[in-house]
Amino acid sequence: MEFTFLIPLLPLLGATVNGVIGSKLTKRAVGLIACLVMGAAFLVSVATFYKLMLLPEAERSVVVSFFTWISSGAFSVDIAFLIDPLSALMILIVSGVGFLIHVYSTGYMHDDKAYWRYMCYLNLFVFFMLMLVLGSNYLVMFLGWEGVGLCSYLLIGFWYEKKAASDAGKKAFVVNRIGDFGFILGLFLLYWSLSDLGAASLDYKTVFENVHLIDPAILTLIGLLLFVGATGKSAQVPLYVWLPDAMEGPTPVSALIHAATMVTAGVYMVARNNALYSLIPHVGNIIASVGIFTALFAATMGLVQNDIKKVLAYSTVSQLGYMFAAVGVGAYTAGVFHLMTHAFFKGLMFLGSGSVIHAMGGEQDMRKMGGLHSHMKITSVTFIIGALAIAGMPPFSGFWSKDEILWEAFEKGHVVIWAVGLLTAGMTAFYMFRQVFMTFTGECRADDHTKHHLHESPSSMTVPLIILAVLSAIGGIIGIPFFEEGTAAHQFLNPVFGHGGHEVHAEAAGAGHGSLEFILMGVSVAVGLTGIFLASLLYYAPMKKYAPSFWRPESIASGFKGLHKLLFNKYYIDEIYDYLVVDPIKRFCDWCLSFDLGVIDWFVNFAAWFTRLTAWASHKFDIYIVDGLVNSMSTLVTYNSTIWRRLQTGYLQNYALVFVVGVLIIIVRVLLG
Amino acid sequence: MIENALGIPILSILILIPLLGAGALFFFPNGQKEAIRSTAFGVALVNFVISLILLFYFDSSTYKMQFVEKAAWIPGIGVEYFLGMDGISLLLVLLTTFTSAIAILASWSAIEERVKEYMIHLLILEAGMIGVFVALDMILFFVFWEIGLIPMFFLIGVWGGPRKLYANIKFFLYTLFGSVFMLVGILALYYAHGTATGEYTFNLLKLYEVSYPYNLQWWVFLSFFLGFAIKVPVFPFHTWLPDAHVEAPTAGSVILAAVLLKMGTYGFVRFNLPLLADASRAFTPFILVLAVIGIIYGAFLAMAQKDIKKLVAYSSVSHLGAVMAGLFALNQQGIDGGVLQMINHGISTGGLFLVIGMIYERRHTRLISDFGGIARVMPVYSALVLIIVFSSIGLPGTNGFIGEILILMGLFKTSATATVLAATGVILGAAYMLWMTQRVVFGKITKRENLNLKDINAREVLTLLPIIGLIFWIGIYPKHFLSLSSASTARIAEIVERNAPKAERAERAAHVEGAAHHTDMNETGHAEAHGGTH
Repeated sequence: MEFTFLIPLLPLLGATVNGVIGSKLTKRAVGLIACLVMGAAFLVSVATFYKLMLLPEAERSVVVSFFTWISSGAFSVDIAFLIDPLSALMILIVSGVGFLIHVYSTGYMHDDKAYWRYMCYLNLFVFFMLMLVLGSNYLVMFLGWEGVGLCSYLLIGFWYEKKAASDAGKKAFVVNRIGDFGFILGLFLLYWSLSDLGAASLDYKTVFENVHLIDPAILTLIGLLLFVGATGKSAQVPLYVWLPDAMEGPTPVSALIHAATMVTAGVYMVARNNALYSLIPHVGNIIASVGIFTALFAATMGLVQNDIKKVLAYSTVSQLGYMFAAVGVGAYTAGVFHLMTHAFFKGLMFLGSGSVIHAMGGEQDMRKMGGLHSHMKITSVTFIIGALAIAGMPPFSGFWSKDEILWEAFEKGHVVIWAVGLLTAGMTAFYMFRQVFMTFTGECRADDHTKHHLHESPSSMTVPLIILAVLSAIGGIIGIPFFEEGTAAHQFLNPVFGHGGHEVHAEAAGAGHGSLEFILMGVSVAVGLTGIFLASLLYYAPMKKYAPSFWRPESIASGFKGLHKLLFNKYYIDEIYDYLVVDPIKRFCDWCLSFDLGVIDWFVNFAAWFTRLTAWASHKFDIYIVDGLVNSMSTLVTYNSTIWRRLQTGYLQNYALVFVVGVLIIIVRVLLG
Repeated sequence: MIENALGIPILSILILIPLLGAGALFFFPNGQKEAIRSTAFGVALVNFVISLILLFYFDSSTYKMQFVEKAAWIPGIGVEYFLGMDGISLLLVLLTTFTSAIAILASWSAIEERVKEYMIHLLILEAGMIGVFVALDMILFFVFWEIGLIPMFFLIGVWGGPRKLYANIKFFLYTLFGSVFMLVGILALYYAHGTATGEYTFNLLKLYEVSYPYNLQWWVFLSFFLGFAIKVPVFPFHTWLPDAHVEAPTAGSVILAAVLLKMGTYGFVRFNLPLLADASRAFTPFILVLAVIGIIYGAFLAMAQKDIKKLVAYSSVSHLGAVMAGLFALNQQGIDGGVLQMINHGISTGGLFLVIGMIYERRHTRLISDFGGIARVMPVYSALVLIIVFSSIGLPGTNGFIGEILILMGLFKTSATATVLAATGVILGAAYMLWMTQRVVFGKITKRENLNLKDINAREVLTLLPIIGLIFWIGIYPKHFLSLSSASTARIAEIVERNAPKAERAERAAHVEGAAHHTDMNETGHAEAHGGTH
């Protein structure tokens, strides 16, 4: 399957061409290039998928190695791909949904002056995303991992003249890097632990074959560190804060990167590491708890948002939480299944919201919308299909995947996760239909100018909507659990997730679920319906009259003023982070600066000053002491000489006198002696 | 005596060409600026091409010194003119010749005063730097080390900014201060070797062969440390760097960041680690602490800066802290990463100083607050800036990633704590670099002066393109670079990792040699073994 290199290479080629000469090409050519490479990548992905399916089940894991990337001593990493059912499914989702969103973008971004730059980034993103899912070792995954973060940064901040946009891009990147920090440390720990066991490698195959030999305490740490990376990339508590802000990017970007593909990378990563995580179920419990907590937490914030994209953003965080709950309890297939259906329906809804925003002339506030159904029927119908899917209404795709998660959580004994998941499902149904009712039904609350321009989007945008709506409606087929041999998804992914022997049997046994599953299904449908019903009482005009007095938007808002404010302000988490992390760091920076100048550099300057002082002192010492000594010597000599000079008068009579006196003294001395 | 595949004293030629070029420039009339620039660039380019030719004759399978040249210099005290290179030297020589050519190109329109003298200084500087990386006699090394200082002194002192005098004297004296200690260390080794073997020599390869008592190693390490750490600069000896960078002309900053700082880290990897292995191990915790402080502290300082050039200068402190951490991981991954990161830092930080120079030429300010929204008026410039920034923060696919990952990987084995702290530098690096980019490149144009900025011209693109090319080349296929130095780094890691006494070490090395299939290149080794000073 050497040809698989084409899958990521084609989008890279598109990005390069558009990046280098895109500004000189017509928009048509730019769009054509970008879409063509995506279409081609999708076809190659289909071919890959097909070839994989031709192989017997046990052999569906093919490593294709291209070249050695980094090599240092015993450490060596290849640029290599692993083609197995999981990666094959992922490349289909990424290139397929990616292709649709590219096509949609040609309509949505058509009037943007930096159209070529947008297409370049979007292609580049797909390249990195495909590397992420295709890599056969952790480092290639990490290459894609950071690369998608980069493209996310570039695309969130695409309208860079807007401060909020470039702020959001930077925030996304930095928060992601905090996650990556954990991820990379996890890799090091994994590598060196394996190295001690004589299996130094970062290739999945070698790692998964030897991972059970690692000391469980260390393995726990590895699992947690890798999960830190996942919380960053997949916007889980506590690192989810970047995703709502990321809505500053163009809407197709939100659909592709912040709903369908990139944010699911963390789920993919945990699923890919199932061999590792199935050895440490307690870490799985932590993952599931974080996931289900995030699901609920984000859903509460989604209840009160008025920005059409923000609602979807919080619901994405929430749905990602579901996926983590699934992979956390070991229901990898369910998690990946939900990842796929979510890519369909959330991609659809984001694109639908884009279509709405497009029609509304950029307006995103749902309070200014309403009654759009009559103006844009395709958008409206497809959006509602998406909403039904996410609300878990049968037979739409979301029903099957969400239900499987809940069922597996229940079956594996995680009743709390099941209960919270159920509650969240109700909330999801509520806020999604709140959105549907506020946007598409009732009176239009837009100003006349906007009203006048309301229109359905061009076919380049509606066709992707229709395709995604079909997928959202029927995409659940592969997860329908009524067959003896288990779901199609289970069968398909079994070679990847079938590591822990008994696990397989448990999942296979789960095939014949029995009546309990039907009861639970009924419960979750009832909860979903309740959510929709409650939303309709509040926001759907024909139903409003049936609402009891306490169940009106005003009375709820006034009755739960504090709670509403708390939710509306997103629990003040951003403010808390600013206060606890960002501001102290800024203060610390300034402190460092004064320390550097005031202390360290002061010492250097002090040393210089001291040297100069010494020099000055030496100079003085030299003048007054050393030279002074020399000078005083000479002064002394001079002084002495002036005394003795008196003797040498040059007068003969003086000398004669001294001579005579001297002779007399000698004579006297001799006579007396 | 010349021992190499080419049969010509190629390393001397590399040092001589810029010197001859400088000599020739001397006779140019002052007014012919264009001719002076072209000649200087031609000389640097020729030198770069010659250094590329070395690649074809270089045998990367051995750590032994190649292209060796030896002649007696001051035979009375055992000083020789002794040159040679291994993979580490080769990489750094390539970096030097490359950076020198780029630096001249970057000075084309920035320098209008005393062009002739400027170019002469640049070329002499190039000769000095190459000499440092190929000298195998410690006195010769010391001489080249000091020679490099003088042209740099003039480059900052004559063509520098408003506070050039202060910055210059600080830079000069600080380095000089350190090198005095280094000289004392060299002399101590010289006498120790003389007492032990009866042969008084400054020949590095012979100095390698003796195992020095731990006490001596300890003191010599400390003296070398002072010399090299100031140059790197290791925290807390770094305060000269931002001042020197801010005052230096663009080319001066580029060379300072790309090559001169590497003389310090090169010193550690060439002398401290293999010569003083026991002391290196003993000093490792101490150095790692300083390195990690440098990484984090440098990053915080960078975040607080208002001047772009100062920001990049402090980011250098952070990045070189990472290089030091890699070298003192004392295993091959760390040393490989450290060596590669020396090159990477040269490319990316050199590149950053280049782009800062370009914007400075247009606006005559480097304050971050004076910019904003440049992407709209200078799209090509902004795109290239982004790529260099990504390289600097070590994004996968760029060169910075490879160096960073190897350093952290190696460091993790030595100290997980240090790695955790060093890796926070990765987050902080992204924060301050992206913040700077956001404030300079993105946003709305708020200053009227920025509305009419011209995008970069063909010459400027040409200056940056090789840098962009290298960023991706090393990022995607680092093997070409890693494999050049891997034999040497493996050897150094082996020496420093082993606790065994030297005699045993030599024996085992001989064994390894016998096992390996050395053919022609072994001659160098034999020449070394038998062709002493006698």
